[in-house]
Amino acid sequence: MIRDILNEIDAVEQALARDDGPQRAYLTRRRADLLAGCKALTPEDRVFLARHTHRPKIDAYINALFTDFFEQKGDRQCREDPSILGGVALYKGQPVTVIGHRKGSDLQGNLKYNFGMPGPEGYRKALRLMKQAEKFGRPIITFIDTPGAYPGLEAEARGQGEAIARNLAEMSRLEVPVIAVVTGEGSSGGALALGVADRILMLENAVYSVLSPEGFASILWKDASRHGEACALMKLTAQDLYEGEIIDEIIPEPLGGAQRAPEALFAKLDERLQAQLAPLRRMSGSALVAQRYKKYRRIGQE
Amino acid sequence: MIHLLDSIRSAPGQKAFEWKARREAQGTAQPWQPPQFFTCPKCQRRATRAVWAEHLYVCPNCGQYQPIGGYYRLSMVLDHGSFRELNGRMHGHDPLHFPGYSEKLAMQKKKTGLDEAVVSAVGRIEGQPAVVVVMDSRFFMGSMGEGVGEKVTLAVEYAAAHRLPLIIFTASGGARMQEGIFSLMQMAKTSAAIAAFAEKGGLFISYLTHPTTGGVTASFASLGDVTLAEPGALIGFAGPRVIEQTIGQKLPAGFQRSEYLEEHGFVDQIVPRSEMRATLARLLRLHQNHTKGGKRL
Repeated sequence: MIRDILNEIDAVEQALARDDGPQRAYLTRRRADLLAGCKALTPEDRVFLARHTHRPKIDAYINALFTDFFEQKGDRQCREDPSILGGVALYKGQPVTVIGHRKGSDLQGNLKYNFGMPGPEGYRKALRLMKQAEKFGRPIITFIDTPGAYPGLEAEARGQGEAIARNLAEMSRLEVPVIAVVTGEGSSGGALALGVADRILMLENAVYSVLSPEGFASILWKDASRHGEACALMKLTAQDLYEGEIIDEIIPEPLGGAQRAPEALFAKLDERLQAQLAPLRRMSGSALVAQRYKKYRRIGQE
Repeated sequence: MIHLLDSIRSAPGQKAFEWKARREAQGTAQPWQPPQFFTCPKCQRRATRAVWAEHLYVCPNCGQYQPIGGYYRLSMVLDHGSFRELNGRMHGHDPLHFPGYSEKLAMQKKKTGLDEAVVSAVGRIEGQPAVVVVMDSRFFMGSMGEGVGEKVTLAVEYAAAHRLPLIIFTASGGARMQEGIFSLMQMAKTSAAIAAFAEKGGLFISYLTHPTTGGVTASFASLGDVTLAEPGALIGFAGPRVIEQTIGQKLPAGFQRSEYLEEHGFVDQIVPRSEMRATLARLLRLHQNHTKGGKRL
């Protein structure tokens, strides 16, 4: 299990930091061995990494990739939903709209951001920002990292389903480039509602699926504890999705996961984002819409 | 007035359609063993099937709505003899090679006599042409996988190409788990099709029936120009059990029912089954200039 490997790597690295005696050579070798063990990950391992507490969150991506970020809050109807973060920023000096699920990196943050599970207000805010991006001709870059849309009483009363549906429909007609990056866990319609894009990039250890493995196991076998089994069957890893032609590109992560060397990951993502965005910027609005329609149209076409 | 649909008045599939509708009206896919009585799952009182059929499968005692088959509903909605099925033989595959799924699909086909959880047709309602799509909850709980997503999308595209209004009766437990991410993507595909249809000026009437949940609620079901619902239908994104577990409290009575959605502004009108056909005909008449001589469509 990756959890044990990561724990041991941490212990070895702490020992390395303390010890500069004869143990060093052994510890360095042991660390290299352990990291090599991170090369063959099971889908369950990747789910673990995708949810890792120290995995970079949306604010880290915004800090690393963009400058001059200006947050825009509220859905202009009733509420501000902090589990989605969005605003305008500069990317390579050009304005873009950035939107993504927001998770905390500790319990307090997670409570504040509802563990990255938006209500309809969050999706409506996202749509408001996207329509604004279209108005001002800015590309849209979304970051996907959510266990799903929030299954709550008020969320239902205010139309969780309608909010997601509206986003899917409207995103498919946006006349500006849209790039989605799946950074952590992308589960269910709650992830897709920010994910109808011209290009979908996915981090090596991110996962993207119809439902969380726990939900999947509980629906199919009425037993959420069989989520490990579900992980293996769901084909939710970046590699699976690339082979299934659902995503366009896999962004490699440092050995042992993004949390071990975020800077290296950001540099790689920056490079690929720029490469993917450049050709989209040259396309007309109607060509983008036609291409996006085709992209989704062919999934499941006979 | 000559219309392309007049030429299909006695379409070759008509006989088979009527047979399928009749079989569904008997409430069983195995006509060789028809039980004479049907017991209401709610009030536990039984009535003969003839009485149930007369009441359009709304319980004659307590008024509880029973789910009905796709062909049967089409026979209730469409003018006699105007039915023509679209993509009748289309069905889902097994994109994940999920253990046991192929066998289960075959079993569902045998049990229901359907190829997928949705039937789509073109026909007339009080003389007015329309594309009508009906989801059938007997097949895999009406869940949406590639087969359902593709059939719905093709029907929307057919309506757009032939400048016809579109009516979809939804009934679904949500995304079909066994098809994983491919079923999730059907939400994006069907929503994109509806959005393109809407942009061309097409009329889409979404008719929600019991139950409409999950990925179908969060895609085409919620995108109607007009949204109707059958009385007492369960309509929502998350299932009631999941919500109760999440918030740790009991849900109020009537939560996520049609009446609740109407009250919260997500449904135009709740329409009883007995008025379904007349209401649809009326709505089509109210939009007729648009679909016939409208500027964009």
